[in-house]
Amino acid sequence: MNINLTLIGQTIAFAIFVWFCIKYVWPPISSALHARQKKIADGLDAASRASRDLELAQEQAAQTLRESKEQASQILEQAHKRSSQMIEEAREQARAEGERLVAGARAEIDQEIHRAKEELRAQVATLAITGAERVLEASVDEKAHRKLLDKLAAEL
Amino acid sequence: MAADNEMSAIYYIQHHLQNLTFGRHPENGWSLASTSAEATEMGFWAIHLDTMGWSIAMGVLFLGVFRKAGRMATTGVPGMLQNGVEMVIEFIENLTRSTFHGKNANIAPLALTLFMWILLMNTLKILPVDYFPELFGRLGFEYMKIVPTTDVNATLGMAFGVFCLIVFYSCKVKGVGGFAKELSLTPFNHWSLIPFNLVLEVVGLIVKPISLGLRLFGNMFAGEVIFILIALLPFWAIWLLDVPWAIFHILVVSLQAFIFTTLSIVYLSAAHEHH
Repeated sequence: MNINLTLIGQTIAFAIFVWFCIKYVWPPISSALHARQKKIADGLDAASRASRDLELAQEQAAQTLRESKEQASQILEQAHKRSSQMIEEAREQARAEGERLVAGARAEIDQEIHRAKEELRAQVATLAITGAERVLEASVDEKAHRKLLDKLAAEL
Repeated sequence: MAADNEMSAIYYIQHHLQNLTFGRHPENGWSLASTSAEATEMGFWAIHLDTMGWSIAMGVLFLGVFRKAGRMATTGVPGMLQNGVEMVIEFIENLTRSTFHGKNANIAPLALTLFMWILLMNTLKILPVDYFPELFGRLGFEYMKIVPTTDVNATLGMAFGVFCLIVFYSCKVKGVGGFAKELSLTPFNHWSLIPFNLVLEVVGLIVKPISLGLRLFGNMFAGEVIFILIALLPFWAIWLLDVPWAIFHILVVSLQAFIFTTLSIVYLSAAHEHH
């Protein structure tokens, strides 16, 4: 319990330790601590920013999706309309074409009938004369009776 | 027989409470004291080799470990050592921030040194009281008191260091004149009361380190004496009392280190304040 030089010695040791601590021990650990603190804070910042970005992007994506859906349905509707229109047109065209074809065929048939009639008429005359010749057994003056026969043929 | 036992018990206690003293003896010159009486006769010109040795060892241990952690410190994921060290540093940083109101980057490292050093020195007390005196006795040293904070020189030495810093920062922040003014004109700001103020303030100033040192010393010394008394009991009773007392001392050891550190910061904070 004697007060002696130890007191001074302890004070000197204390001073040296404190100096060493201030100079070499505290700064690296403290700076590492604060650097990490900053890093973590930055990381948290970035994370919150990223989540905000994500939210924004999600919203945008939803918006785009909605728009494209709308567009798609519009296009689909248009296509439907267009296709039905085309079908209608085609049907119309086909009907017109069919009618035209039917009309053409009918005309041709009429023509054919007419021609056949003509031919028949011409032959009837000849046939009639030939027949008459046979009947009369004499030659008939073709010239004299032609007119009469033609008249007869025309009546057919 | 009873008287014999009593004598040996007294001898045992005295032996365990005697520091290994090296000093200038009036008759033997510079030598190791072989008895308590010789150590007392040496007076001021003596040094406690055990106190100095163990305290410096603890200081070097603290600085070594923390320096190592500082060298390997990364801003990434910390290892075990760095984690532990950072915990202490953060604790001290928070303590300093909440207690110290000036602007001085040196206070926190100072507090760290005080806290860790005192903590380590106090922790030596948990070691069994007989091991080191016995070991060093075999090596030829008569005395060995391994807990530096049970030596009033050590605690007052540190408190004196804090006192020097209080005076230094008072002068630095307020100027020598400002400091003198504070000592002479508070609490009563009148010229006729200067002597009264001066006595009051100087006593208040000097009491700071003394209370600081004696508080730590008193707690540690009392605890040590009780450890020694417990060691005198029959062997089957020793652990019965020793274990609870040691567990209780885990609290005392850290609490006293904390109190010394906190009060030092408070005193230094007051030294930085203008009135």
